[in-house]
Amino acid sequence: MSGHTGEHADPAVAFESAKLGVWTFLATEVLLFGALFTAYTVFRMQYPEMFRVEHAKLDRVLGAVNTVVLITSSLMVVLGVDAIKRGKARLFEACFGATILLAAVFLCVKYVEYSGKFHHGIYPRTNIFFSIYFMLTGLHGVHVLLGMGLLSYVIVLSRRGRLSADYFTPAEMSGLYWHFVDLVWIYLFPLLYLVG
Amino acid sequence: MESGNDRGYLTERGWRSWAFTLDHKRIGAMYLWTTIFFFLVGGVFALLLRLELLSPQAHYFSNHTYNVFFTLHGSMMIFLFIIPAIPSGLGNFFIPLHIGARDVAFPRLNLASYWVFAAGFLVIIGSLVAPMDTGWTFYTPYSAKSAAAVTTLSLGIFLIGMSSILTGLNFLVTIHKMRAPGMTWHRLPLFIWGMYATSIIQVVATPVVGVTFLLLAAERLLGVGFFDPSKGGDPVLFQHFFWFYSHPVVYVMILPAMGIVSEVIPVFSRKPIFGYDAIAYSSLAIAFIGFLVWGHHMFTSGMSPLANAIFSFLTFFVAVPTAVKVFNWIATLYKGSITFESPMLYALTFIFLFIVGGLTGPFLGALATNVQLHDTYFVVAHFHYTMMGGTVMGFFAGLHYWFPKMTGKMLNEKVARAAWALVFVGFNVTFFTMFIAGTRGMPRRYAEYLPKFHTENVISTIGSAVLAAGILVMCWNFVQGLRKGAPAPANPWRALSLEWKAASPPDTENFHEIPVVTEWPYGYGTPKA
Repeated sequence: MSGHTGEHADPAVAFESAKLGVWTFLATEVLLFGALFTAYTVFRMQYPEMFRVEHAKLDRVLGAVNTVVLITSSLMVVLGVDAIKRGKARLFEACFGATILLAAVFLCVKYVEYSGKFHHGIYPRTNIFFSIYFMLTGLHGVHVLLGMGLLSYVIVLSRRGRLSADYFTPAEMSGLYWHFVDLVWIYLFPLLYLVG
Repeated sequence: MESGNDRGYLTERGWRSWAFTLDHKRIGAMYLWTTIFFFLVGGVFALLLRLELLSPQAHYFSNHTYNVFFTLHGSMMIFLFIIPAIPSGLGNFFIPLHIGARDVAFPRLNLASYWVFAAGFLVIIGSLVAPMDTGWTFYTPYSAKSAAAVTTLSLGIFLIGMSSILTGLNFLVTIHKMRAPGMTWHRLPLFIWGMYATSIIQVVATPVVGVTFLLLAAERLLGVGFFDPSKGGDPVLFQHFFWFYSHPVVYVMILPAMGIVSEVIPVFSRKPIFGYDAIAYSSLAIAFIGFLVWGHHMFTSGMSPLANAIFSFLTFFVAVPTAVKVFNWIATLYKGSITFESPMLYALTFIFLFIVGGLTGPFLGALATNVQLHDTYFVVAHFHYTMMGGTVMGFFAGLHYWFPKMTGKMLNEKVARAAWALVFVGFNVTFFTMFIAGTRGMPRRYAEYLPKFHTENVISTIGSAVLAAGILVMCWNFVQGLRKGAPAPANPWRALSLEWKAASPPDTENFHEIPVVTEWPYGYGTPKA
């Protein structure tokens, strides 16, 4: 069964394969969000006035706070991956732990925003702008949630001593994914909160 | 040469050895069984449609039942058979063998993709409690309002799409990173080039249809109004999203089949493939241009005349790389020592039928004739000539070509040829008459039709019975081959690509030692020019 343990004979090839795989996966994610961004473009051109009026109902301060929170979480990922490359497993776990914590803060703020909207009778069906708002931020929120699970899994791997300065593929790959999730928000914030 | 295996990768028994296998060959085999099953089920629905069309009035089923049947026929054939059959089935089995690897790059992901696929078809079967009647294209606004289980079916297709993405991603990385020493890009079998282009389309296009089905579900569950004109949305946007995937995906269906034909033709002509580079790069060209032509499905949907003209113009470009392939296959046959074993018969049938299907494409790509022929049986005939006459014939060619390798047993060649004759005659009788009915104005997707189309429909239904008989004989031959076929040698067709250097059936690790490649796989008769 030598061919089917799921492991590669050559660790360098394995790392390169994983990297290519994750970048390809991120390309599919760009397309996934791309369809929604296309819908955004189409409807904003069609209803510029609606976008200008409706976007004012979003809370810019909370949006800005969340932007800072996510950017900080990405910084933590960078520090974490750097730590594991130098073999510092405890520091790595602390950094990734901080990322998960910040992700939780992000989702809490999102919860406050969503429930505020529902409280004022604003739902996805209210109008096209809020359809787009809820679909985009909802899909992004699901990605944050999945990312938290992924990062937790990598921390567990590290706790079990599976990661080291010689083998840090899961840390680097989950980090790439997290940066992508962060990047999507960096587009979402101005497009939804700062229409102007 | 490998030897001394007793049933190779098939040695281990019991359901766990299949359900939890990481062996690409077993996963490929599971895909083959599953997709062939849905091919037969989808075929039964097709026969029921043909039965209904024997008479001009709705006779056996209600209009609604007829709508359900053509929706199920289309959805099953597209999503559960023709998209996964060659890539996930034969591709899984033969990509690692072709490139001299022990497995794909991510074996666990490979198994996961099968089980995501299985979850998808279970959800789709679950949606049969309120079966779909929208056609396989799910056009809004009807699909957003229909009482059928559209949401459930959307979820199922989302899962199928996810499985397709995972498979495509796995293959891309495998072809990039797992090639044996000396296996340069220009020594790759053309099947691999076809699969590479296919994987790119799967990875790039599928996420868009995934999100489209999510939006359709959100439309129904949350009242989101992207596609609903009463909320300011636009139903044509749904068509754009849908065809942005569903047009490129016809090349997911055809490119792997073209790859198989490129393998089979030189083996049974005993000649090097003509125009290797042209065939290889035309696969990539088809994948690229295929992304720019989706609008030709929407000429009558209310796009601007300028957009219509641009999409029409671009559509003609796809014909160029496609024709390049056909010319090269024919040039390969020229002065070859051709023998007509069953894989070759199906490969030649592919070329013949695909020329008919391909050349009727420009009729539909041209704006003026499109408006005349839109939604008539001409369209039905056109895509059955390309999809069934093309892809399915290529799939059959692959099944007959690789049956000895996959199972270690030989097929009964006489029965295989008899089945081919029935399939060939039945197919043409069924679908050529549809061209005639279509040009005379018969619209598709109705249980009833004007009496003046009666003759065509009777002929077509008779043809469908012959076609079904041929496929039954072929399946019976497969079963007989599996049960009591003569043991297959490692290389029954005297072919040169790497899979034939492995045992029949291959061992679990494919090769005892990873082969070192020194030449291309088409050196039949003469060295590479």
